[in-house]
Amino acid sequence: MAKSNNSTKKILTVAFALCIVCSVIVSTAAVALRSKQQLNQELDRKTNILEVANLYEPGMDVEERFSEITARVVDLRTGEYSEQHDPETYNAFEAASDPASGRTLSGEQDIAGLSRQENFSTVYLVGDPEDPEQIILPIRGQGLWGLMRGYISLEGDGNTFVGITYYDHSETPGLGAEVNNPRWQAQWQGKKVFDEQGDLAPAIELVKGGANEETEVDGLSGATLTSRGVTNMLQFWLSPEGFGEYLAKFRSGIDQEDAQDAEVELEAEGA
Amino acid sequence: MSAVTPKGVLTTPIFKNNPIALQILGICSALAVTTSMSVSMVMALAVIFVTAFSNLFVSLIRHHIPSSIRIIVQMTIIASLVIVVDQILKAYAYEISKQLSVFVGLIITNCIVMGRAEGFAMTNTPGMSFLDGVGNGLGYGFILIVVGFFRELFGAGSVFGFTVLAPVQDGGWYVPNGLMLLPPSAFFIIGLMIWVLRTLNPEQIEENEFQMKENTQPKEAV
Repeated sequence: MAKSNNSTKKILTVAFALCIVCSVIVSTAAVALRSKQQLNQELDRKTNILEVANLYEPGMDVEERFSEITARVVDLRTGEYSEQHDPETYNAFEAASDPASGRTLSGEQDIAGLSRQENFSTVYLVGDPEDPEQIILPIRGQGLWGLMRGYISLEGDGNTFVGITYYDHSETPGLGAEVNNPRWQAQWQGKKVFDEQGDLAPAIELVKGGANEETEVDGLSGATLTSRGVTNMLQFWLSPEGFGEYLAKFRSGIDQEDAQDAEVELEAEGA
Repeated sequence: MSAVTPKGVLTTPIFKNNPIALQILGICSALAVTTSMSVSMVMALAVIFVTAFSNLFVSLIRHHIPSSIRIIVQMTIIASLVIVVDQILKAYAYEISKQLSVFVGLIITNCIVMGRAEGFAMTNTPGMSFLDGVGNGLGYGFILIVVGFFRELFGAGSVFGFTVLAPVQDGGWYVPNGLMLLPPSAFFIIGLMIWVLRTLNPEQIEENEFQMKENTQPKEAV
């Protein structure tokens, strides 16, 4: 029997039959479970958005609460809302890697380690979309071990933090992964993105040992590189490269000339 | 291993012939996924499922597997099962599958699964192979649960997410041991478990590979 098993014909037959059977099983599982999985991912993302806005309570109906939040697509280059994309289906992450809808970042621009950035991004507004109570922005950037993706929530003034959360990261449990520790997240409430100089450069940063200023947050102990990553991605996404232009519209007392300058600069870069 | 009885194949891998403690297989994932009890539990269930069914299927077609491609045939069966498990976890236990992340996929490379398929299922009947898979999965799961218990208890002060030792950062008295959350601590715990198991079952102690010769010099070497 062993001999006939090793004939070329038998080997090919067994290999072929096995591949067919296995691929049918795998694809059946994938197709049958896909809708359920997508539902889970969607729910997880929405839960995160509610969490960052301090609206989440365990056991609540996430879908229902989420439907009160307005999603809008923003053109990062001008800071204006755009009707080009449907916020329900627009995927900023995919758009970033497409040459038609993203741009390449290099050198000093790319402090968050993204290498590519999308031109449009989805923001979530709590309350009246024209005069929101909270603005929720997606952020992402390199941590210690890999890309960290999350959300920050700002109050309607476009300057005061409500919260921060990461829904996808690969930091060390117990150290860098403490970015999702509720006690650490709690200290973000009330922190300011910008200092009082009124320019477009965000001042928010994570510091070692005792955050005293309004724009300082305690870094994560034992996770210097993760903390640095968080600082960098906030500095990037809140600057005119990211949502700076958009946030400028919510901030009062900002030097409009500065904003204009920054806009001109960006255009000059041929974004 | 000599007598193949249903009870034997099911229970010996748990203490007497534990895949992790005696055969030292599957250590990698045991280090990675044991930071908390619930994650260890799901990982153990996933491995039990995969070893049991890969053994079953390999055994079912064992008379038709050409020996020249038997390893790849086993791998294909194992890989398919692992993907199915991964998909099920993503659909029904999303939170846990997020924590297990890549390690579910890495069950494919877990030596226990492959070792049982090659070492047992290729030469035994399907029913027996299935039980052997369950037994070895249980042996793996047993170590995982114990390691997970100690790591979660001392690393985070909780068991299955319920606080047992109130940690300092929540206003309690217990200072969590950060080392327990890092992979090396699993090494220490597995090492201690191997010690305990071998003290209880002295026949597991391996003979020294060489004998140290007694010092022939009257004085110590200078």
